[in-house]
Amino acid sequence: MLEIRNLRANVGDKEILRGIDLTVNAGEVHAVMGPNGSGKSTLAQVLAGHPGYTVTGGEVLYEGEDLLAMEPENRARAGVFLAFQYPVEIAGVTNGYFLRSAFNEIRKANGGEELDPLDFADLMDEKLKLVEWDQGVLTRFVNSGFSGGEKKRNEILQMAVLEPRLAILDETDSGLDIDALRIVAEGVNRLRRPENATILVTHYQRLLNYIVPDFVHVLSQGRIIKSGGKELALELEARGYEWIGGEAA
Amino acid sequence: MDRGRSGVSASFLQELELPPVRPGADEPGWLSALRRRAMDRFVETGLPTTRDEDWKFTSVSAIGQGAFSRPDPNAVYAASRASLHGLQFGVPEWSELVFINGRFSAELSNLPDPSRGISAQSLSTVLLESPGLLEAELARVVPIDQAFSALNTAFMADGAVIRVAPRVQAPGLIHLLFLTDASAGPIVTYPRILIVAGESSDVSVVETYASLTSDVYFTNAVTEVIVGQNARVEHIKIQRESERAFHVGTVEARQTRDTRFRSFSFAIGGALARTNIYSVMQGENADCTMNGLYLLHGTQHIDHQTRIEHAEPNCTSREVYKGVLDGTSHGVFNGKVFVRPEAQKTDGKQTNKNLLLSEGAKIDTKPQLEIFADDVKCTHGATVGRLDEIGMFYLESRGIGAALARRLLTYGFAADVLAEVTQDPVRAQLERLVFERLETSVR
Repeated sequence: MLEIRNLRANVGDKEILRGIDLTVNAGEVHAVMGPNGSGKSTLAQVLAGHPGYTVTGGEVLYEGEDLLAMEPENRARAGVFLAFQYPVEIAGVTNGYFLRSAFNEIRKANGGEELDPLDFADLMDEKLKLVEWDQGVLTRFVNSGFSGGEKKRNEILQMAVLEPRLAILDETDSGLDIDALRIVAEGVNRLRRPENATILVTHYQRLLNYIVPDFVHVLSQGRIIKSGGKELALELEARGYEWIGGEAA
Repeated sequence: MDRGRSGVSASFLQELELPPVRPGADEPGWLSALRRRAMDRFVETGLPTTRDEDWKFTSVSAIGQGAFSRPDPNAVYAASRASLHGLQFGVPEWSELVFINGRFSAELSNLPDPSRGISAQSLSTVLLESPGLLEAELARVVPIDQAFSALNTAFMADGAVIRVAPRVQAPGLIHLLFLTDASAGPIVTYPRILIVAGESSDVSVVETYASLTSDVYFTNAVTEVIVGQNARVEHIKIQRESERAFHVGTVEARQTRDTRFRSFSFAIGGALARTNIYSVMQGENADCTMNGLYLLHGTQHIDHQTRIEHAEPNCTSREVYKGVLDGTSHGVFNGKVFVRPEAQKTDGKQTNKNLLLSEGAKIDTKPQLEIFADDVKCTHGATVGRLDEIGMFYLESRGIGAALARRLLTYGFAADVLAEVTQDPVRAQLERLVFERLETSVR
């Protein structure tokens, strides 16, 4: 599904990603771990097309297509979803209108019919249950005045509505209390399908108790320095990042 | 006649020299005298130039050079009920006075039942039926010392007089719809409105200025609002003139003790438009709210000047104006708040925020706070910004195309000030106008 080959990216003149290689197949869950500043959030944002980064080398193939050549909206329409570490507040636009606009834009791009507000409301009934939320959240402005936990839950709600093929969760666990973490993780687990894939970007092993990865990769100074199975995460938790030659956490 | 300073072309002056629309015989002496004084005053001041501080960013020379004639009083302008549809609010209980080319149209209007303590009549009717009635009220709130107000006073022919008896709460809203059809040539109209809210009364008035065609014309309007003790007046102005039109309008309120005046100015039309919204709080414990939204595209020039005068203690004022500017348009906002030495415990807050959608759009914003009392709480601020790149990315990362993302963010920018319009059908119309504008111009 996703093939990242020798990916390099800068912020301004500063090189953050220094040659990433990663292959993700349908049905797999990959955890990308690493200390602060290792480049893991940059990797997530570059995959989604964040305008603040410049790709300086390498390539990314998504379903055989050149992902980096696609506009952010076209990546989303092709099934790529990034759950933001810091979801953006959009005052004046209701969550419901935002979700319906996104849903219909993706539908249209894929040759489907737009859903009218009534049919969309039915769909939302079902999706809200996934994140244990009620209708009230749809009339609030997008992320405006949301707590940290609500913002993360809203990201998972969007993921549930848009049903991506490749979901990239950027530090979705950070700042969550244990209840919010459980709700978010259960939402992600229930959205797992054999034809979909997930990349979890996280600093801590905690999230991986809830969402069990097939592969764990450790990022340090813009490179993957070690890959392994889920037990690698436990080992990192016990021994810290220094153990494998990464910089201090 | 000294034409040196006026900057008014010969053709426009010839029009001005015509006798008033209503010949003197029809008119009470006080009104003829008022017109004369106003005309003298105008001749003295002439049209403002950009050397005048109040007109620094807005040149009205194009108005002075225009050849506008007053509409032929005998012409019949056919506006069907159907053509008014998009300009109305669809609430049968609300009253509506429709004016075509400055003249009241009884057949298109729906007047309130005067037995309920609310009367709304055309100015021409009031002057004809009770010629003495307005002497003590007309041109008292809006003086004739400004050029355009003087011109309006000299040439006003029709408009509306709204009166609410003490302790009467108007059940619905009163809509004044000024429609111009200048397909036969450039015309000028001088709508004049007087709103008198009795003690402890409550009334909401909407003024709409619109055209069914895209012709050149000039609207010069004046609205005077007298807010009786403990009364509440809500005033909404919707300026959606033809995009080739000129519009200059002043709304001024005089507030006494314990009054509330809420104003909203929505401006989307006109090639060159200037709206003045003024209020003087002359009694204690009064509250004044002024909000507005202007949307400009193409080569439009839209200017707002507001003035809130705190003349007595313990009054509050709140003001939020927002602007969205596209194309090579030019917006102007000048918001003045004066706090007189007597006006202790004043609480005032003013904000002006602008969103520039293009490289060529321009805004001149000038918040102005002048405080002469020492125990006050006043803040003001202005911002000029562009669409947030990270907000755009967030929407795009959800599959929303760049054009729709820009529209959503722009709409979101304007939404909070629109929410200040508490009358649902009015807000719905304004929201629709914003949506339509964004759909056609934000790509």
